[in-house]
Amino acid sequence: MNRRTPLYEEHLAAGARMVDFSGWALPLHYGSQIAEHHQVRRDAGMFDVSHMTVVDLRGADVPAYLRLLLANNIDKLKRPGRALYSCMLNAQGGVLDDLIVYYLADGWYRLVVNAATRDKDLGWLSVTAEQFADVAVEPRDDLAMIAVQGPRARERTFAALGEALRDAAGDLAPFQAVRVGELFLARTGYTGEDGFEILLPARAAPFTWRMLGEAGVRPAGLGARDTLRLEAGLCLYGADMDETTTPLEAGLAWTVGWAPEDRRFIGRDVLERQKAEGLARVLLGLVLEGRGVLRNHQRVRCNGLGEGEVTSGGFGPTLGRAIALARLPAGVRPGRTCEVEVRGRPQPARVVKPPFVRQGRSLIDD
Amino acid sequence: MNSASDELRYTKSHEWVRRLDDGSLEVGITGHAQELMGDMVYVDLPEVGTEVSAGDECGAVESVKAASEVYAPVGGEIVAVNEALADSPETVNQDPEGAGWLFRIRPGDPSEFDALLDGAAYRALVESESD
Repeated sequence: MNRRTPLYEEHLAAGARMVDFSGWALPLHYGSQIAEHHQVRRDAGMFDVSHMTVVDLRGADVPAYLRLLLANNIDKLKRPGRALYSCMLNAQGGVLDDLIVYYLADGWYRLVVNAATRDKDLGWLSVTAEQFADVAVEPRDDLAMIAVQGPRARERTFAALGEALRDAAGDLAPFQAVRVGELFLARTGYTGEDGFEILLPARAAPFTWRMLGEAGVRPAGLGARDTLRLEAGLCLYGADMDETTTPLEAGLAWTVGWAPEDRRFIGRDVLERQKAEGLARVLLGLVLEGRGVLRNHQRVRCNGLGEGEVTSGGFGPTLGRAIALARLPAGVRPGRTCEVEVRGRPQPARVVKPPFVRQGRSLIDD
Repeated sequence: MNSASDELRYTKSHEWVRRLDDGSLEVGITGHAQELMGDMVYVDLPEVGTEVSAGDECGAVESVKAASEVYAPVGGEIVAVNEALADSPETVNQDPEGAGWLFRIRPGDPSEFDALLDGAAYRALVESESD
């Protein structure tokens, strides 16, 4: 039997079609994933993301630990409340997971990692912590998480949860977070839209979800979450990158903190070698010119340069067209056409640099 | 609506078939099928005038989740297709057994319709498949 989040009953009451996701019972949609997608781009939707793994790291050695563990540099987080997106690599430079790290206070950082990689990540975090005298790794299974996303998300969150929240969190910049009472609000998300990810005690989640609903935020499921993030050009671990790919091969070079050179994070040697030798593969976007849907693992042929593969394929409701992220031979540049094998037949697709949509608007139009 | 109607006939591949007054047969995919597939984004329809045999591929529906071929339930000639679906594929989700019809066929052999599954048989099929 799969695990249930604190919002399980809310989903059933809202008519959700539930599916198994990494061992969790979660809503795929509540009627129409396309309608939910549009709701997020145009107004505000909310996602139950309580399945994500939240880990608190406490101790005097935590900064040194994170400087070793993460490809991005946590010293960029100059003040408590700041967050950044990073990959966590193995010794071969392969991506173990992608995550957001928050600096909460001196000696206290918080990681949010994927649900699918929970056991692997916790094992890796613990083993790596053994090298340090003062690092405690504490999974926070007592916390639920609600992501409120869309151009009106913040406004509706304040309307739902009170003026005290607006006073405390109204000025948060993107990738900043603040604790307000029992709530932890971060101006982060996985949709390409503005909004908050709210961490809160599990017992407070149903009430908070209902208050948000009364303020006009509509529930959105995993189906919409995937089409939104794909349009936003955001990677999905396990599809667009995994342990066999480095961040450079996943379009995530921007998340690597190269400076200072003497920060020898795990996997750095391999990345430096790859950078020096040049990449063999790159991650870019594809837009299908005609009808049909791009799907994971479809073969991509780039005349003269070789073959690649769709890593995340789908349909972009805001664009009205099929889009994908794909791993392609390194010489391929945005603007050229490749052929994708869609249901047995080659179809032309235009190569673009992601994202496909920003602030609700298409970036790829002709 | 997912409950199988008793005036319709059905195929094992989850098409429904309705006999119209002029003897032609209207065909679509069932409520059960559209629910399994999720939001439709493209509908491919056969060309009017095409001759088909029972079981031939006769168009396809594609959702965010998957693509699925549609099969001719009987042999005959395609006499009409639902062109409104080009701009509104979601009609197949919203009204699969009404406005979401896909095509109409003039049957070569009217007895092929009688051999299709009735409502009870289709309901039993759906139940057996959901284990």
